[in-house]
Amino acid sequence: MKQILVLVCSVLLIAANPIKDRYEVGDRATDFKLKNVDGKMIALGDYKNASGYIVIFDSNTCPYSKAYNQRIIKLDEKYSNKGFPVITINANEGSGDSYENMVKISKKKSYKFPYLIDETQEVAKAYGATNTPHVFVLSKDLKVAYIGAIDDNPRNEAGVTKRYVEDAVDALMNNKSVPVTKTKAIGCGIKWKRG
Amino acid sequence: MRKHLFIICLLSLGFKPLLAQKADQIKLKELQGILTVPNEQIQVINFWATWCAPCVKEMPLFEKLNSENKEVVVTLISMDYDLDPNPEKVNRFIARKKLQSKVLILAETDPNSWIDKIDKHWEGALPATLIVNTKTGKRKLVQKELHEGELEKFIKEVSN
Repeated sequence: MKQILVLVCSVLLIAANPIKDRYEVGDRATDFKLKNVDGKMIALGDYKNASGYIVIFDSNTCPYSKAYNQRIIKLDEKYSNKGFPVITINANEGSGDSYENMVKISKKKSYKFPYLIDETQEVAKAYGATNTPHVFVLSKDLKVAYIGAIDDNPRNEAGVTKRYVEDAVDALMNNKSVPVTKTKAIGCGIKWKRG
Repeated sequence: MRKHLFIICLLSLGFKPLLAQKADQIKLKELQGILTVPNEQIQVINFWATWCAPCVKEMPLFEKLNSENKEVVVTLISMDYDLDPNPEKVNRFIARKKLQSKVLILAETDPNSWIDKIDKHWEGALPATLIVNTKTGKRKLVQKELHEGELEKFIKEVSN
């Protein structure tokens, strides 16, 4: 009898908590442990003094990633020493996005921030990343504060009028509410494994 | 003038298929028209770009559908404008691949302001395909690369 009760309760609990397919602003993100281009495993929890995080799902091959590459490097230069480290993750399947090519790119561009491989694509799925570059700004307690694009002009940095990620991080640093919490952009769909 | 006449004669004699189509640039309003104006045929709208490898890979499926199924209208909407407003790359692609389906370029900036107006479930990632029954309003959004047989299944889903 007890066993049946447990079974019924578990079914009810599972039904009442449908698995959310992606994070929304305000959700608490889970930490992860992924392999960096230097072979070391990295987790958000490793950053003991962080005030927040700029997590970016990126790619070696996507033209949007290439267009934003310098801007990602600049975000790191501007915010990592202010307590908001940039952490980039590559979840794409395909030879162009291989670990070896990630290592090459991070060396060539002298990345001072981690470029992690999400081989099982589980982190990208949990976060609900869909394109590249896709940014998740998190607060110190891993609350999702912003999801979306870096800014409003991928083609021409000089033509940018809204710096969504900078505005979100600046707001978090000053204990203000994030002005724009979600944006959408055209981008390369993350290349998922089939099946 | 004589040269123009000569070209017109050639065209009227049925030489048109030799010329590759040039993609028209459209605005969001025209795209919304395709998605909403009631039409007997199912609208199959594929969002793609010349730089998008999975888009290029799945394109023959749309070309096949376009030539074989007259109950649907296939429209290939190029999203190249965001990175490169010059239509030349798209037109060269059309010529190289000899595309027969109708190709249109969505010539709008600031996608954040209009992606939701195409479909609020769309995240903006390419490729994406929208299959719409404009008579019933039934629609299916596919946010991934399509494989053989899937298009037919989705068309059936919105047809009933």
